[in-house]
Amino acid sequence: MGDLNQAMIEKYRTNFLKEVEANVEEGEWVKMCMQCGVCSGSCPLGKFWDHPPQELFMMIRAGKRDEVLSSDSMWMCTSCYNCVVRCPRELPITHIMHGLAHYAKRLGLVPESQPTAAFAQMFWDNLMQKGRVNELKLGLKLYFMNGFGDGIKVALKHQKIGMGMLKTGRMSPMEAFGGHAVKDLKGFQSMIKKAQELEDQRIAEHGA
Amino acid sequence: MTEVVATNETILVVGGGISGLTAAIEAAETGKQVVLVEKRPYLGGRVTQLYKYFPKLCFPTCGLEINQRRARQNPNITVLTLAEVTDISGDKGNYKATVRISPRYVNDNCTACGDCAKAVEAEFDDEYNYGLSRRKGAYLPYRMAQPSRYVLDPRIIGTPDADKAKAACKVDAIDLDMQPQDLSFPCGAVIWATGWQPYDAARIQPYGYDRFPNVITSVEFERMADPNGPYAGRIVRPSDGREAKKVAFIQCAGSRDRNHLLHCSRICCMASLKQATYVSDAYKDAADVTVYYIDLRAIDRFEDFYNKVRAIPQVKYVKSKPASIVADKDGNPVVHGVDTEGYNRYAERFDLVVLAIGMEPAVPKDGFPVPIVVNREGFIEAAPENGGIFAAGGASDALDVNRAVQHATGAALRAIQVVNSVRGMEV
Ligand SMILES: Cc1cc2nc3c(=O)[nH]c(=O)nc-3n(C[C@H](O)[C@H](O)[C@H](O)COP(=O)(O)OP(=O)(O)OC[C@H]3O[C@@H](n4cnc5c(N)ncnc54)[C@H](O)[C@@H]3O)c2cc1C
Repeated sequence: MGDLNQAMIEKYRTNFLKEVEANVEEGEWVKMCMQCGVCSGSCPLGKFWDHPPQELFMMIRAGKRDEVLSSDSMWMCTSCYNCVVRCPRELPITHIMHGLAHYAKRLGLVPESQPTAAFAQMFWDNLMQKGRVNELKLGLKLYFMNGFGDGIKVALKHQKIGMGMLKTGRMSPMEAFGGHAVKDLKGFQSMIKKAQELEDQRIAEHGA
Repeated sequence: MTEVVATNETILVVGGGISGLTAAIEAAETGKQVVLVEKRPYLGGRVTQLYKYFPKLCFPTCGLEINQRRARQNPNITVLTLAEVTDISGDKGNYKATVRISPRYVNDNCTACGDCAKAVEAEFDDEYNYGLSRRKGAYLPYRMAQPSRYVLDPRIIGTPDADKAKAACKVDAIDLDMQPQDLSFPCGAVIWATGWQPYDAARIQPYGYDRFPNVITSVEFERMADPNGPYAGRIVRPSDGREAKKVAFIQCAGSRDRNHLLHCSRICCMASLKQATYVSDAYKDAADVTVYYIDLRAIDRFEDFYNKVRAIPQVKYVKSKPASIVADKDGNPVVHGVDTEGYNRYAERFDLVVLAIGMEPAVPKDGFPVPIVVNREGFIEAAPENGGIFAAGGASDALDVNRAVQHATGAALRAIQVVNSVRGMEV
């Protein structure tokens, strides 16, 4: 992936905006931003972002490639869509944030131990095993993401909910051992493989 | 009964604001016959509701008075108030217009003495003050109203108040049997000067105009600043009447926003700069004004005015379109956002917030009694398909008075060309 990053730097050397337009989902909207700031002010988690969306858009135009792609900010988006609803220019800001995060991931530029990225990976790996999400395993893994002691604490806190789900048959403890798969696991896996091939091909063409 | 003498050389002007008034006078002063149709009970339109004019900070009353006099003295102009055009048929040079006149219940014996208003008890929201005050069911719309004649609100007709008004009138001016009247007459050209209206501020949900009494619109602020207005010219908080020294102006409230109005309303930046002087004039050093903007648009010679206001130390500028307004526990509006010069997050408490509300066409796209080409925003286009129908002023775009009046003069010339060709006078 580091190679792809290098290839992209070569290709778009002086124009990060063009790179974003060509490679980031909904990236062609970035130039429409008029820097009013409504998105940033409307973001419920905005104060935790190093660079609010409006600033990211300006940084893209200013060619601050490294700062943008290795930023933690777009990973903070929780898809509440407040910004999209209010943007006077109707920019699909939420989608652009996810597009930037996805592109940074492809290039291998995600900051280390970024929790949203880590969870996304966890979710994906879990899903790939059986073609469906094993919620019990995913949940436990999430609890223990920040260490053993923390995991026990979180698990105890959610004990009641867990028991309730067990009782009403919404969660089976048996899922902890293997867990059940989708009907056609082979078919699922070859479908994902094909999709990955297509995606790689697309990236190869763009990245060349 | 009102009568209109007209021919297909007559010019019909719809809307008696500053633009319609100008077009009517300009055409009439060249000798053309003009019928001026105004929906309100008086002439002048929305400039009658402004306290001062930018950029000179003079009073609209003075220009209005001159124009009212010119209109009154010119025998070529027939003014119909409380009137609306319900139908226009025919073609350029040969139209037939139908106008519905609503009853005023007061005839021209009226001396504007005000005895009827004293006698009547019922009160209604005063539309002249955008509902910031109440008025009687018998009323003079405003001090300088032309024609200077009282009006009975149709809601008191059939109630004892109507009889009280009639009994109080010493000059027999009240006629409770007046009926709506439909008039049809020919005309050769039409000037459409129906102007604008403020965008509905309540639709800008995050600003809470409908929830917070201390969030008002710029048109209401004009009334507030006027010594003859609902607050006697005092800049106050509507919630408790206390002095409003710390005031925020929020630009582009509705304008340049694909969720609301697509266009820039053009005059709002200038209006807010002007209104900032109302606050600094009232409270001097104690005034504390912040203008929130995306970019300030002071075109042409307005740049001078901008620089003048920029020099007032009590007026600050923050480059940011606020995201939302909330009220704190004391009812103070708190403005939230992130600025564009440093990306600083702010939450600023104010006494009063004024929304620089956008201007939209007064007549909705489908509201014209005749097919007319309008643009995406609903303003009338200068399209050949419109035949002998021409827009003037605010009906064609969001314009300041100077530009509206110039535009109206141009429209008058267009209309004159049409009626001249009817007479065979064209060269
Ligand atoms: C807050 C604010 C402050 C402003 N301050 C200034 C300033 O300081 N200086 C400046 O130059 N400009 C200012 N303006 C702009 C100014 O108000 C307009 O330029 C002006 O009102 C345009 O006049 P008009 O005649 O085109 O429209 P209007 O004033 O809207 O007049 C239209 C007339 O048509 C009538 N009408 C509407 N529909 C019909 C119908 N269907 N049939 C018959 N009649 C109808 C209306 O009753 C009205 O009388 C300000 C605007 C705002 C919003």
